[in-house]
Amino acid sequence: MDLDPEDVFKDEEDDLDNEFFQQSESSKEYVVYLVDASPKMFNTTCAGNDQKDETHFHTAVSCVAGSLKTQIISRSYDEVAICFFNTREKKNLQDLNGVFVFNVAEREHLDRPTARLIKEFDCIEESFMREIGSQYGIVPGSRENSLYNALWVAQALLRKGSIKTADKRILLFTNEDDPFGSLQDAAKKDMTRTTLQRAKDAQDLGISIELLPLSRPDSEFNVSTFYADLIGLDGEDLAQFMPSASQKLEDMKDQLRKRMFTKRVVRRIEFQIANRLSIELNTYALIRPTVPGAITWLDSVTNHPLKTERSLICEDTGALIQEPPKLFQPYRNENVKFLPEEIAEIKRISPGKLRLLGFKPLSCLKDYYNLRPSTFVYPSDQVKFSSNDTEVCFLNFFASSLLLILYTFIF
Amino acid sequence: MARNKEKLVLLLDVGPSMHGVLSEVEKLCSMLVEKKLIFSKYDELGVVVFGTEESNNDLTTEVGGYQNITVLQDIKVVDGDLVDTLQKLPRGTVDGDFLDAIVVGMDMLIKKYKDLHKGKKRLCLITNAIHPIKDPFEGSKEDQVMTIAEQMAAQGMKIESIVVRGRFSRDANKGVMDENDHLLSIFSKKTHTRTVYVDTPTSLLGALKTRRVTPVTVFRGHLELSPQMKIKVWVYKKTQEEKFPTLKKYSEKAPASNKLATHQVKVSYEYKSVDGSSNSVIPPEQRIKGYRYGPQVVPISTAEWDAVKFKPEKGIKVLGFTDASKIKRHCYMKDVYLFIAEPGNTRATLAVSAIARAMKEMNAVAILRCVWRQGQQNVVVGVLTPNISQNDKIPDSFYFNVLPFAEDVREYQFPSFNSFPASWQPNDQQQKAADELVQMLDLAPSGKEALLPEFTPNPVLERFYRHLELKAKQPDAAVPPLDETLKKIIEPDPELVAENKSVFDALHRHFELKQNPKLKKSSRQWYQEKQSGSNAHVSGGQAVNSIENQPPVKIEKIGDLTPVQDFEAMMSQRDNPEWVEKAIKELREKILALLIHPDGEDKYQKAVECVAALRKGCIIEQEPGPYNDLMHRIRQYCEEKGIKSLPQLLASRDLTLISKSEAEDSNVTAEEARSFFVKMEPKPDV
Repeated sequence: MDLDPEDVFKDEEDDLDNEFFQQSESSKEYVVYLVDASPKMFNTTCAGNDQKDETHFHTAVSCVAGSLKTQIISRSYDEVAICFFNTREKKNLQDLNGVFVFNVAEREHLDRPTARLIKEFDCIEESFMREIGSQYGIVPGSRENSLYNALWVAQALLRKGSIKTADKRILLFTNEDDPFGSLQDAAKKDMTRTTLQRAKDAQDLGISIELLPLSRPDSEFNVSTFYADLIGLDGEDLAQFMPSASQKLEDMKDQLRKRMFTKRVVRRIEFQIANRLSIELNTYALIRPTVPGAITWLDSVTNHPLKTERSLICEDTGALIQEPPKLFQPYRNENVKFLPEEIAEIKRISPGKLRLLGFKPLSCLKDYYNLRPSTFVYPSDQVKFSSNDTEVCFLNFFASSLLLILYTFIF
Repeated sequence: MARNKEKLVLLLDVGPSMHGVLSEVEKLCSMLVEKKLIFSKYDELGVVVFGTEESNNDLTTEVGGYQNITVLQDIKVVDGDLVDTLQKLPRGTVDGDFLDAIVVGMDMLIKKYKDLHKGKKRLCLITNAIHPIKDPFEGSKEDQVMTIAEQMAAQGMKIESIVVRGRFSRDANKGVMDENDHLLSIFSKKTHTRTVYVDTPTSLLGALKTRRVTPVTVFRGHLELSPQMKIKVWVYKKTQEEKFPTLKKYSEKAPASNKLATHQVKVSYEYKSVDGSSNSVIPPEQRIKGYRYGPQVVPISTAEWDAVKFKPEKGIKVLGFTDASKIKRHCYMKDVYLFIAEPGNTRATLAVSAIARAMKEMNAVAILRCVWRQGQQNVVVGVLTPNISQNDKIPDSFYFNVLPFAEDVREYQFPSFNSFPASWQPNDQQQKAADELVQMLDLAPSGKEALLPEFTPNPVLERFYRHLELKAKQPDAAVPPLDETLKKIIEPDPELVAENKSVFDALHRHFELKQNPKLKKSSRQWYQEKQSGSNAHVSGGQAVNSIENQPPVKIEKIGDLTPVQDFEAMMSQRDNPEWVEKAIKELREKILALLIHPDGEDKYQKAVECVAALRKGCIIEQEPGPYNDLMHRIRQYCEEKGIKSLPQLLASRDLTLISKSEAEDSNVTAEEARSFFVKMEPKPDV
């Protein structure tokens, strides 16, 4: 690993062409927002903004709308589909009952979000009852299973593209923790089994199913009734899965925002504790200034994009310079010239890794020892964990060293 | 620029007790001049050394006394010669008198500038101050220093003292040091002074601000607590990263005969249509900024931007106070600002001090909304922390750190270490080893903090300026390795590590790290590289007929002809991890076969080559087991058959057991490994 020491903590912030939110095509996601539209979603309310009660359906739809608006700016290569289930009307490729895929013109079902999608989705509630309608899809005495259908449709939508090049996710919004609760034993058992199998099939294809539950004011969403099996939670995970009782819109938005941020490792770096002992760490940029997205220059007459051509011109002769030029620093009445490689060599004072120099009490870390936002480090998967406490100390040390003088302590 | 010209006299102690650090003093002072040559080339500088055999200064000729003080360089505008002078400081022979040197320095400044340039005149004293100064003719030493300090203040001079202590002055007289420290502290009461004590060569390099940066206020105005209550404050930057200098591009197009050539390079940008239908350049005024919105791009003109721009009023408002523990340190976003009360404004000073102390007492911080200047397009929200002054002369102040907005925070979830299964948790011994490491590797034992950021120079910048100086003299000089003193900044202190060897050993014992599979892969790459690299070197010899000169052929078996090459090729076949296992197994068998049927006249030569290859391979793959097993078998075999030459041969090539230091999985200590073949002689049958 031969890094420019300055690059060790260099991240998007320094890289003008690639701000954090400007994701590249290679890290894109395919997301299906799967929203329960059962009458229960309309009947149940929770406190929204301004103390006004909002329906759960409104909460879910607002969340999706908010998420789309972030996505279009920050992750515009992501492809999304919006799909309702427990609907009166049906619209999907498989022609399954109770599932309605919402879309707008000039757009495939699973496609990049467009301004038009956002605009029309923003007023979906006005036309929802008229055009799509709400209706329980799982009723006693019927073989219909709208949840099963919904998962199937979502999986079909995500058939596009390879799992190697994109993450595929289904985000499921519902306030029904027991979808088959109204059914009798045999039917219930059967439907539960087929639905779980459907979910498992999707997961086997690399699709992750995530649940965003809404709790009713009187009873909390009980994830273990049914969904724990569907999303594959058990033991400790189950205890940790805080449905976080999304009673409020803000909570839900928060939840979704957190989910939409996929962890991105800025850099993998070796942390050398002693001569023969080092662990591999991932670094994450948890706090970085957000800037408006990168701009594209356009021709104001035609609105066509422009490309930039950079050329180096000798000021003395006006000749074009092709090869990468030498650099110079005026010094002692003359120009001292450097090759670009020489500059790189000067900066390379040690191999790019973190080196433990020692520890200091936290009180040595003064408030004014700060230059840049901090970087979070976390051991990468393959290492055996060392000590808890030490780890914490290491992190502290690390933070201090980072904050002190960037180059001084690290490498 | 000329207005800010600094006039500096360096007063350097070169007496025998200073010899140990003089090379660092040389580096520090020449760095000072080197930076002046770039950043403030009209500054003037003089150099006085004291503790020399000879005496050469105006005062000694005019009034007598002032012995052993030499003016190395009269005050002049900085130039390259000064660098050279400072790089070759004379080594003195007597213990100098720093007070005499101060007087000589003052005399030089007074003679040259009279009472002009107040505040721009500076003395910089570097000494260890471990030798007593001479008693004055009348009055006490204290009175004398007081008089000098008053004169200094009247002339508008500043003095900076760097006192080199610590292990350089271990056997010095404590009483004398205390007296000298007291005398130096008198200066700080009377004049503008900075006195720093350094105890390592590394911190000596950082003790002097080699680049003078004139402080500029970011904001002058009111700190508004409420519309009725405002405090006049000035805001400065407290920390700011010093960036690597941006070098200009150099053009070699101009003919050498052109003496006036600037050699500058202009970077020009042209904008052309992407579709390439027309190759015409779009003039800048015809361009418009487009912002991506999904697959579409939205053009927004500057005029439109101006219309929607957020234009807050300049001002700083306190939004409220909160408990200091609520603001996490890792939220600090940028470099740090310093808030001071308007200088000379007593009421403001009192108010700032009162609030700062109240905040300190209640462990509170203030949240501020800041717009530094009119027309600034954003608002900064940050945290104000109190800075209670330890010095009677300096009023209390605040530090200000910028906090993030919601958009700036990414809340990734990480499982806590506590929630990992017990098998991942450290056991008591591991915990103890780790705790000990933290305890022993203390960089701030008993209040003496090593690598204090204020005194720790950036090694990259140091290296650049030193190399610049070198290149000015030798244009083709190669970049030298990093200075030993600077290495202390980027590597753990070897002394500290050596002292705590037992702690590190304990750590190694308790933490057995598993090799990362990714690293293994790279070791295989190494094999491949080595192989392709060795193509060039192999000429003649026994190995020519191997696969080396052929296109890569899959080796599936280790042959008799070139077992070593076959083994290496097999190890580097990456399509299936089983190759490694197979290669090791086959080579092992080959070696055993070679032992039983020695091949040709050089007998065990080939076997030894194979052992060497196997050993290397097993270390790279971190698989000591098969190799060590084999070695035991070889030893046993030789003992049984009474073969002496082979063990000798192996021992002579250091082909012993793979010890723990080479492969973590091995349970052989380095000691055991070393004595592996030695042991076999005294007891012939094991």
